[in-house]
Amino acid sequence: MIFTGKVLKYGDNVDTDVIIPARYLNTIDKKELASHCMEDIDKDFVKKVQAGDIMVAGANFGCGSSREHAPIAIKESGISVVIAESFARIFYRNSINIGLAIVECPEAAKAIREGDEVEADLDRGIIFDKTTGESFNTKPFPEFIEKIINCGGLVEAIKQGEIK
Amino acid sequence: MSMTMTQKILAAHAGLDKVEAGQLILCELDRVLGNDITSPVAIREFNNIGVKNVYDKDKVTMVMDHFAPNKDIKAAVQCKMCRDFCNEKEVTHFYDVGRMGIEHALLPEKGLVVAGDVVIGADSHTCTYGALGAFSTGVGSTDMAAGMATGKAWFKVPSAIKFVLRGKLNKHISGKDVILHIIGKIGVDGALYKSMEFVGEGVKSLTIYDRLTICNMAIEAGAKNGIFEADEEALRYIAEHSTRKPVVYTADPDAEYDEVIEIDLSAIKSTVAFPHLPENTRTIDEVGDVVIDQVVIGSCTNGHYKDIEEAAMILKGKKVAKNVRAIIIPATQDIYLKAMENGLLKIFIEAGCVVSTPTCGPCLGGYMGILAAGERAVATTNRNFVGRMGDVTSEVYLASPAVAAASAIAGKIADPAKI
Repeated sequence: MIFTGKVLKYGDNVDTDVIIPARYLNTIDKKELASHCMEDIDKDFVKKVQAGDIMVAGANFGCGSSREHAPIAIKESGISVVIAESFARIFYRNSINIGLAIVECPEAAKAIREGDEVEADLDRGIIFDKTTGESFNTKPFPEFIEKIINCGGLVEAIKQGEIK
Repeated sequence: MSMTMTQKILAAHAGLDKVEAGQLILCELDRVLGNDITSPVAIREFNNIGVKNVYDKDKVTMVMDHFAPNKDIKAAVQCKMCRDFCNEKEVTHFYDVGRMGIEHALLPEKGLVVAGDVVIGADSHTCTYGALGAFSTGVGSTDMAAGMATGKAWFKVPSAIKFVLRGKLNKHISGKDVILHIIGKIGVDGALYKSMEFVGEGVKSLTIYDRLTICNMAIEAGAKNGIFEADEEALRYIAEHSTRKPVVYTADPDAEYDEVIEIDLSAIKSTVAFPHLPENTRTIDEVGDVVIDQVVIGSCTNGHYKDIEEAAMILKGKKVAKNVRAIIIPATQDIYLKAMENGLLKIFIEAGCVVSTPTCGPCLGGYMGILAAGERAVATTNRNFVGRMGDVTSEVYLASPAVAAASAIAGKIADPAKI
């Protein structure tokens, strides 16, 4: 999987309440959730974001509520991959389960700037900042997580008999 | 190979003699939980998987607590989706309006979790049940769907931080102050992916409700779970509420921990977390003048009978300050009933508080106490993120029931010892 896009950058401890405020959790409609994505941290996000864009953030991204609506909203908004210094554990699990690509890479997350053009090659584990020319190596996924990703998420992995 | 409490429970549920930190395992689940917000997504994914029935009708549990009683038409549709699913699949433990409570107060009360269990819940505060010596952790809706379908979940075995508690809490100090103190010390990602294991001679002085509050907020330090060894007090509570047999796991004496932190309970003061992170803690003598507009006493963190009673004892014969709305939310129907029978509701109403049916409502900015721009609330809830209780410029200060009740009277954040 290779993703190329423009970067939208955020700080540390981006919680799932600001990713998708609870006042919008009275629906499971993916498009509707995406229309409020990042509303309480960046009200212009939905206007700015373009299909394929890359989200970059600091430490503990996705902390707080377990709401899967958060990675769903990010994925549906068009974000191709989230690169962060670290992820909160439930958000990490949820992203893998629903097939939102995420990458933990502290060096890249620190160095990449808002608006940079970035290429993330998840198969080779390389993040390349085309604007600055810098390149970063990512941590590989554990094998079983890769299996879920390759199946296209947890539900598909179960359907394909990879998880019984 | 020595193991922590958490590792022993996980090993037993994975059918393994031993496990070690970092290992990926598949565990049998004793309970799979969801609420009216997370379950609809899980039901959609469950239907995607294509199995006909849930793995165990007695182990799947749904509680309508977040936006119930239905706050609007969309919330009504979501609750209906859960209700219809549970009826169709003959789910035993479906808790609807009139029989429900806030899930993490309700499950222990109904005896649905005992020591030694492995529980997943599509709600981040599922970590609460560690207070009873269970491994319980929050997951998302897809994990819930997979759990409902297969009765299993994948886990990466966590390493742990050991908290050795000694001494005894002073008057007006409770589990909330302990966990806020700890989060202030280690930060909101201080226990990321790890277990928080609470041991030491100080444990016995903590009520089961203090322990439920402490484990409830383990997630606010990023932890996978919080857990106390089930002692006599925990086993007494379990026996009073459940017919199931608990299994007590004790950490090996030479179990390895990433860190060992000593906590002197007698030195803990009333603690308040300032906006906008639970780690922004100050002790009550450091808070200064913080004028408030609202007080919320309730939630899965602090809606237990003991919490409601503590607030009532402070509010008894007093009045809520003129510009403060005080909202009291007993966490379950049983707590509500007991509060009524013991005259606590009268105390609240005479003091100028409103008493609500059980709901998560205001804690997550759902309904029943939303803040306007610039407004401030002292809440016994668990998160004070930007916009958590309403407008993005509103502020939430997290505190114990005692501090919240004292603050309601004073109209600003106040020390219960000085009211």
